[in-house]
Amino acid sequence: MHLFVQACILGLLTGGVYALMASGLTLAFGIMRVINVAQGALIVLGAFLSYTLFTRFQIDPFVGVFVIAPAMFVLGVCLQLAFLRVLREGEREELSLLVTWAIALGIEGVLSYVYDTTYRSTNTGYANRSWDVGGFLFPEVRVFAFALSIGIIALLYVVLARTRFGRSVRATVQNPVSARLLGVDAARVSAIGFGLSAATAAAAGAVFGIVFSFNPGSHYDLISRLLTIIVLGGLGSLGGAVLAALFMGTAEAVFQVEISPTWSPLTFFVLLIAILLVRPQGLFGVAARGSA
Amino acid sequence: MSRIRLAGATRAAIVIGALALFPFLVGQQWVQIGVLTLMYAGLATAWNLVGGYAGYVSLGHVAFFGVGAYAVAVAFTRWFSIGGGYRPFYVLPLIGIGVALVSVPIGWIAFRTRAATFAIVTLTLLFVVQQLAFNLHSLTQGSLGILLPQPSFPNSEYEQPFYYAMLGLLVLGLLVSRWVATSKLGLTLFAIRDDEDRARGLGERVTLAKLMAFALSTGLAGMIGAVWAYHLGQIYPQFAVDPLITIGMVLMVYLGGKGSLWGPVLGALILVPAQQELAYDYGSSELYLIAYAGVFLAVMLVMPRGILPSLTEQWRRRSARSRPTRPSQRAEEPATS
Repeated sequence: MHLFVQACILGLLTGGVYALMASGLTLAFGIMRVINVAQGALIVLGAFLSYTLFTRFQIDPFVGVFVIAPAMFVLGVCLQLAFLRVLREGEREELSLLVTWAIALGIEGVLSYVYDTTYRSTNTGYANRSWDVGGFLFPEVRVFAFALSIGIIALLYVVLARTRFGRSVRATVQNPVSARLLGVDAARVSAIGFGLSAATAAAAGAVFGIVFSFNPGSHYDLISRLLTIIVLGGLGSLGGAVLAALFMGTAEAVFQVEISPTWSPLTFFVLLIAILLVRPQGLFGVAARGSA
Repeated sequence: MSRIRLAGATRAAIVIGALALFPFLVGQQWVQIGVLTLMYAGLATAWNLVGGYAGYVSLGHVAFFGVGAYAVAVAFTRWFSIGGGYRPFYVLPLIGIGVALVSVPIGWIAFRTRAATFAIVTLTLLFVVQQLAFNLHSLTQGSLGILLPQPSFPNSEYEQPFYYAMLGLLVLGLLVSRWVATSKLGLTLFAIRDDEDRARGLGERVTLAKLMAFALSTGLAGMIGAVWAYHLGQIYPQFAVDPLITIGMVLMVYLGGKGSLWGPVLGALILVPAQQELAYDYGSSELYLIAYAGVFLAVMLVMPRGILPSLTEQWRRRSARSRPTRPSQRAEEPATS
């Protein structure tokens, strides 16, 4: 029982980081109908940038986020303008999968060229410290990472719910055509939306790099989990993605201790299949004609 | 109509004949590139049955390729001796049928979803099969991989049996595609691609059609995987179920022309030699990946509809201009150009 609760704690903390990663992915889908397969590669890029800031300039990853996130926001806007805006609307969902996959390969190639393919992790002084609360361990890094993730998601939520920009985003998500008719600048919303998505990837990458070890090829592992999460949460649903991420993170950690560590990577996929059997549109998705 | 069929058959005979003659004209290293080219041409043709005809973009086809590869590797290291070296080719039909049968329940779950969700679900399949290959240690030897026994083919013609096996599978794939495209099944698949809800509403058995296309497609991919494993002589989970193979076949279909009979073959004939050239020039995998990503982006952005459909469109427009009295026949044969 003690092991079970401990697994739940660790899983929930990891799930928070997954939630941050997935929120950017689901946001990009909601706004543009773009499945960004490069999200995993962007996260790994963020991890490498924060690793470099830390090893070269001794900048703590949690401070470095404030440098990396804006930089990757710009990168995201550029990627959107260069590669995604040109896709025609009807084919965008399908072609975006392939175009962003190519972007992911490009990022992987550049990263393996600049760094090599050995596994690294950002080894901060507090990386192995934990708090002990009533016999349960709370690793400091994971708590910070969880707090940062939840903070950014909350910020994202406030932006979406309260600002003028957020309102145009929500309008675009609900109905792109009428949003445009009502004067929403769709091109601008898409560019900024994709930039925001890349910025969340940067922040998630910075904390990912402390908690896990990574190499340029790690993005496949990440993106497979993230895609599972957003399908489970219902494509385009921010709240759904967050809940699904927390659920998946916990489930995987529990599987790891209760069943088998070698088989726990399959948790995500087994749950996905089980849920698709009952609800093909995901937990919070809406069944739509022609999509879903 | 019969003139069109005759022209098609002539075209097919010329292309296949040229491919069959190719090993007689060049050295072994070129035949080896030929094996890879035909492998991708076959895979792309198989993928086209689902992705091109039914419009369902599957990103997990390499999972079935990997299952076929492991089937032949396990069978011939454990249960059978390799004999004269040709035996693995004789069991190909069995492997094809086996993989097709395995794919039916998987397809049944995956086809509950559509569009992007389907692509994601099939993509996760790739990681599931890779993880299984790593974890089912007693069967696959996990990350140690399996070393297949070497066939006793003469050195001067070592590549030939593999080449003709791949060519045979490609021809099979083309015949299947041709048959599907001209049959009732093909019509149902095109209807699904255009508007699935309407097709279902009109009483078409859409799920059955999708599953049949999926089984044909994965069976072909499995057989190609089996030949690939035997050709390579050793397989590992990360290479037998490689995301780059999955994306390679998809890319070739898009380059050549999705939903056309010869498009996937054309895409493979262009891309695989280019890929080998890049790998040869850049050796180290990083620059190769960057170059590959560049080519990939260029294809997707410049010609998302593919070479063949773009050319056919142009040709039709020109012939329509020269004979303005005849109505356009664009919709007549969408899948056999």
